[in-house]
Amino acid sequence: MTDNKILRELIYQLADDNFIHSYRGSEWLGLVPHIEEDVAYSSITQDTMGHAYMFYKLLEEMGEGNSDELAHARKPKDFRNAILLEEKNGTGTYLDNPDYDWAFTVVRNLFYNVYKETQLESLKQSSYEPLSITARKIETEQYYHLMHWKTWFMQLMQSTEEARTRMENAIRRVWKDFGGVISQGRYADEFSARKYIEPEEVLGQRCLDKLGELCKSVDFNLEGKPGMEKGNGRNGEHTEDLKQALETLSEVYFSDAEASSW
Amino acid sequence: MTVNTQDLQKEVWKSLDNVMDPEMEPVSIVELGMVEDVEVEGKNVNVTLLPTFSGCPALDMIKENVIDEVEQAIQKLDESLKVQVKFRYDPPWTTDRINESGREKLKTIGIAVPDPDQKRGDSWEVRCPYCDSVTVTMENIFGPTACRSILYCKSCRNPFEAMKPIA
Ligand SMILES: [Zn+2]
Repeated sequence: MTDNKILRELIYQLADDNFIHSYRGSEWLGLVPHIEEDVAYSSITQDTMGHAYMFYKLLEEMGEGNSDELAHARKPKDFRNAILLEEKNGTGTYLDNPDYDWAFTVVRNLFYNVYKETQLESLKQSSYEPLSITARKIETEQYYHLMHWKTWFMQLMQSTEEARTRMENAIRRVWKDFGGVISQGRYADEFSARKYIEPEEVLGQRCLDKLGELCKSVDFNLEGKPGMEKGNGRNGEHTEDLKQALETLSEVYFSDAEASSW
Repeated sequence: MTVNTQDLQKEVWKSLDNVMDPEMEPVSIVELGMVEDVEVEGKNVNVTLLPTFSGCPALDMIKENVIDEVEQAIQKLDESLKVQVKFRYDPPWTTDRINESGREKLKTIGIAVPDPDQKRGDSWEVRCPYCDSVTVTMENIFGPTACRSILYCKSCRNPFEAMKPIA
């Protein structure tokens, strides 16, 4: 494989993680616990979509095609996001009887954002300069996203007994597939050999240490290694949830594209 | 008719001072420190802007307004001049790029700006834009736009917004 192909594999992981993460966030609009959170979460979601687009732009500059199409017109098997991030927020849909799990969302968002912070720190030193510039820009905003989810996490972990139980269940659920977030997929060794990003084991461990600390501060022990039960999205393995999300997104995209070409 | 480069650049900067960030009127993009560079290359004027926040929905609108304003200004001098606008992330935009008049204007619309030497991770030293008190509390780190937070002043009991320190 050429250097260029390897590099694109990595950038797809970054772009698709942010893209699908932002989409799941946008589905919460109007459904979160209170109005202030609605404002905050939609700001974060908008930022995150901005981050996805910065990465798709890098791919566009490498000749992969138009960034809007990269986001909306690829097949599920071409996506490189972690499976954990594509999972639905709960049962029902945004329009039809949504029964979403806030504890799962808080834990997933916190865990992913701790990884994202670790990843960005490493990308700032990337041998591919456009990637290091992008990481530096995103990091300035990422700091506040992480702060937001940390606050929720700490509060709910120390709230009522019911909240605590829900949160612990959510942690166990997220843990089952968090291995797919820290995985860099089948080209992991090539990424670090070219100094695009640090090795998977190094980044992964650094992230798990941070999460361990956070959980310990609220008397919770993260035990063992995180799993990858539903498969490895970095290698193009995905669930029905991604398919459904992409169908919804592309419906909106294609009807907009049609409307604007009239 | 040929215009000398320095005069031309001066005109362009002047016209850029008429372009506002729609979310922060009446503060101009020059006062916000978004303009990184104005370059003249033959008949082309290249304006380089630094986006404030990457999720900022106003970027397209800002770009259009820059083209309108600059075009009007330069074509008065020479009809064959053209303008191009580029966004760049290097260097990243930071809050210390907001100049003194920008800070003053933001204060008049109830938005506080952190001190230029504020570092990320420091606890915020924010002054109430209405009464200058420092006894304020954070209500919500994310305000109506991602780049601002909502605070509350315990002295004059006004809620106000503050730009997040970006360093
Ligand atoms: Zn006050």
